[in-house]
Amino acid sequence: MVRMSRAGSEERTGMTLAGSPGPSAYRLTFDGTTVTARPGQSVGAALVAAGIVAWRTTRRGGRPRGLFCGIGVCFDCLITVDGRPGQRACLVPALDGMRLSAEGGGGTDEGGGGDGDD
Amino acid sequence: MHQELPRTADLVVIGAGVVGAAAAWFATLAGLRVVVVDRGGIAGGTSGAGEGNVLVSDKEPGPELELARYSRQVWGEDLGPYGERWEFERKGGLVVASTPAALGALRTLAERQRARGVVVREVSGAGLPALEPRLTHEAAGGALYPQDAQVQPMLAAAQLLRLARQRGAVVRTRTEVVGFLRRRGGRRTGAAPATGGDVGGRPVVTGVRTPHGTVSAPAVLNAAGTWAGAVAELAGVGLPVLPRRGFVLVTEPLPPATVRHKVYAADYVDAVASSDAELQASPVVEGTGGGTVLIGSTRERVGFDRRPSPAAVRALARGAIGLFPILASVRAMRVYAGFRPYCPDHLPVIGPDPRAPGLWHACGHEGAGIGLAAGTGKLIAQALTGEATDLDLAPFAPERFEEGGWCG
Amino acid sequence: MTTDRPTYDVAVVGAGPAGLAAAVGAAEAGLDVVLIDAGRLPGGQYWRHDEHAAPPRHHHGRLFTRLSARLRHQRRLGRLHYLPGHQVWLIDRLRPDSGPFTLRLNGPYDTAPVERDRVRARALVLCCGAYDRQLPLPGWELPGVMAAGGVQALLKGQRAVAGSRAVVAGTGPFLLPVATGLARAGVRVLAVCEANPAHGWLRHLDGAVRAPAKSAEAVRYAALMARHRIPYRTRATVTEILGEDRVRGVRIDGGEVLEADLVALGWGFTPALELPLMVGADTRRDLDGSLVAAVDARQRTTVPDVLAAGETTGVGGAALAVAEGRLAALSLAAAQGLPVDPRAVRRLRTAIRHGRAFAAALHRTYPVPDGWTDRLTERTVVCRCEEVTYGELCHARTELGAEDPRTMKLLARTGMGWCQGRICGFAVAAVTASLTGRPATAEDLRPLAARPFAAPVTLGELAELGEEP
Repeated sequence: MVRMSRAGSEERTGMTLAGSPGPSAYRLTFDGTTVTARPGQSVGAALVAAGIVAWRTTRRGGRPRGLFCGIGVCFDCLITVDGRPGQRACLVPALDGMRLSAEGGGGTDEGGGGDGDD
Repeated sequence: MHQELPRTADLVVIGAGVVGAAAAWFATLAGLRVVVVDRGGIAGGTSGAGEGNVLVSDKEPGPELELARYSRQVWGEDLGPYGERWEFERKGGLVVASTPAALGALRTLAERQRARGVVVREVSGAGLPALEPRLTHEAAGGALYPQDAQVQPMLAAAQLLRLARQRGAVVRTRTEVVGFLRRRGGRRTGAAPATGGDVGGRPVVTGVRTPHGTVSAPAVLNAAGTWAGAVAELAGVGLPVLPRRGFVLVTEPLPPATVRHKVYAADYVDAVASSDAELQASPVVEGTGGGTVLIGSTRERVGFDRRPSPAAVRALARGAIGLFPILASVRAMRVYAGFRPYCPDHLPVIGPDPRAPGLWHACGHEGAGIGLAAGTGKLIAQALTGEATDLDLAPFAPERFEEGGWCG
Repeated sequence: MTTDRPTYDVAVVGAGPAGLAAAVGAAEAGLDVVLIDAGRLPGGQYWRHDEHAAPPRHHHGRLFTRLSARLRHQRRLGRLHYLPGHQVWLIDRLRPDSGPFTLRLNGPYDTAPVERDRVRARALVLCCGAYDRQLPLPGWELPGVMAAGGVQALLKGQRAVAGSRAVVAGTGPFLLPVATGLARAGVRVLAVCEANPAHGWLRHLDGAVRAPAKSAEAVRYAALMARHRIPYRTRATVTEILGEDRVRGVRIDGGEVLEADLVALGWGFTPALELPLMVGADTRRDLDGSLVAAVDARQRTTVPDVLAAGETTGVGGAALAVAEGRLAALSLAAAQGLPVDPRAVRRLRTAIRHGRAFAAALHRTYPVPDGWTDRLTERTVVCRCEEVTYGELCHARTELGAEDPRTMKLLARTGMGWCQGRICGFAVAAVTASLTGRPATAEDLRPLAARPFAAPVTLGELAELGEEP
């Protein structure tokens, strides 16, 4: 039996370490919500530091995804940055005024697709 | 951990691609005991490296178009109840002409195809966006072929073999045919199917040898695709099946219905029919159930070289962007090469080989093998069981190259 | 964009420990070098750092500081052209075994500044590094579950943490710096779950291997673990991750539940092999089960003019990678007829031999445990991109006849998605082999490690591909 004392609450869990957002921090928006980022931080880091851990919905299962490998390998963290879809959140450096938006959903569960392989 | 091979069968099929699988299914359905062997895995050759085209639109009137129409009907009717298993989709083909001159040529071709029973509807330039909203606005017009369809070819091969297995067929992958069982001709066993030729004196094929044992059978079907020439050679007959390389680009998954039909440029038919060794490229663009968009197809005669060729890849990308400008900012995730098995006259080889009685062929379908597989399989089963075939197999006869000197 | 630059003597791919050492070494030996790296800063995954923070002062930190200084110096002298933020998506060569290579480059994201879209070089040193190896388990696709290296990258490169209560699990010594890093950042680390017995590392390091720096490291981490009161549980495995839309906890060995909002997973490392495979280099299965490039005693692969160093040739850590990178540089210099000190070569070979022996000891101490596939359920996601479940793999095996990973890919779509099998490749090879009743081989690993494009590339870029290599 799993007991989750804090289940259901969307407590803020992530954070940016020492030197955290001050006046010099960048301000970005994620689907309208303001998120701050330290210069040099990736948009993915800024999001998790703000407690946002998922921003993509999978095509087949409609499941939430966010950072996984954190180093550009897994493509789980795809996000739309200033209208450009399919960017790896773990690699795109945050910039002041950036508009981030969630991705995916609306997919089909119709089947695989016929791409082959050599 | 190789399972034992049956010692005997009514039919051995060499090749677990979609053509071999369709033949195995229809032969099993006709009551034959079938053993399928492949040196690799299921759909491991050309079947797994294509796009899943079931097209009537790209064929000039002639024997291949007749076979394509017939095969399309077999996919839709005989195999219709299983269509979901291989994602059979009647999506329709849209052929796009970029100039009024190309549209004129397309119109002429469509007229001739219509005379052969192909359903085709002309689409004006203004009518194209309703069919394909993302298509270039530059096109002069096009033709819609509602019979064109798509299957997931690897699943088609695997599921046809599964169906055959459920009715008693035996499938053994990683089992390479290294030679044929043969005996001197002149005698005919009762079980041997009609081969329609003079068998006197010619060695008769009576089965196959593999590293895991032999299988005796009165009929052996060579469905080895691009490698069918080498298999025929093991039986001592020449078969001029050669590889023609085709690349396919795969994009990142895109929103559903970004590309709705099989869309290709009117010059694709010329490229398909060409015998030129040079790189031929004409864009074929289609979406898949997985969200990816497949972009074919180049054709080059370069032997079995799989390395991505920058020239081929560039040609594919340019062609695709020409049809769908929106694709310029879309990412390709990968590219793969397939080797389309072609014969000098660009027709497949289907039927018994009178030069080696007992040996049958179903190969050389070039880039149309997925579409032509269902019909080919059914025709082979009919011929094997001595039934009248629904189509005349004469244009596809294996020995047709002898007189022409193709086999030296 | 400039493309008509002269052909470089050597292109080094990757600016981690091996690539930095190779590039700096080759430039110092007198070769004309281009160093290409996807990262914005040199250092790779090992020496990942925040540009605003000083590098750490321990042994590795000093090594990195020195190499960085030499990199700057060679750049100032104009002998080394450094292209950070560039990923190689295609390498082609006019003929398979001779002639210069053309490396096609793009940026890691759409708006990344790209200085060069291709470079030409007569030789390659591939130092492509590695990433965390993952073993699927129920719930591992939930947000809040991350690769251990990803957690570390957030900490070191981004100064961010993704949770407040963490469990670090898997196997291998790398779990320790992740755990202590989290603890130092104020995260409550509930446990490090080490699946193996792990004697030989924290408790009694293999005395046969001389690796003083490594021993010091071990002692340091042991002290840090103790200071932060992080429970180090050996023979402990997270068997299930719990939560609905994000992680809420983990189940350990099928029983006990720890409530956590961050789970860091790592089972050793998977070298990135797409470039060696793309150029046609032979590969083999290393002691840890990973596919690696085969190299000779001069770091040469089986393809003429292609060398490899670092994790590309077998996971073994930063010190070994540096030695291999240096040796690769000396091999290239010698091949060009430049003077090379034979004593330096001997010293490097000795260091590499010791490094490999130490790596072998670690691989033996921290293997991927047998039977890990037993915890997979019908609904466990194996391929994250295409959301292919274990049940679907079983179906493809039993009903459709998929007996090898390539056929599995064709029939079940594992590895067909965005990551192209980078994350699931090892697992799919293992699962497919186990469903077929045999051990996984290099043959099983190759189909999901070969990637004709090493990175996504827009059709617009493809349409502009330069004519000649």
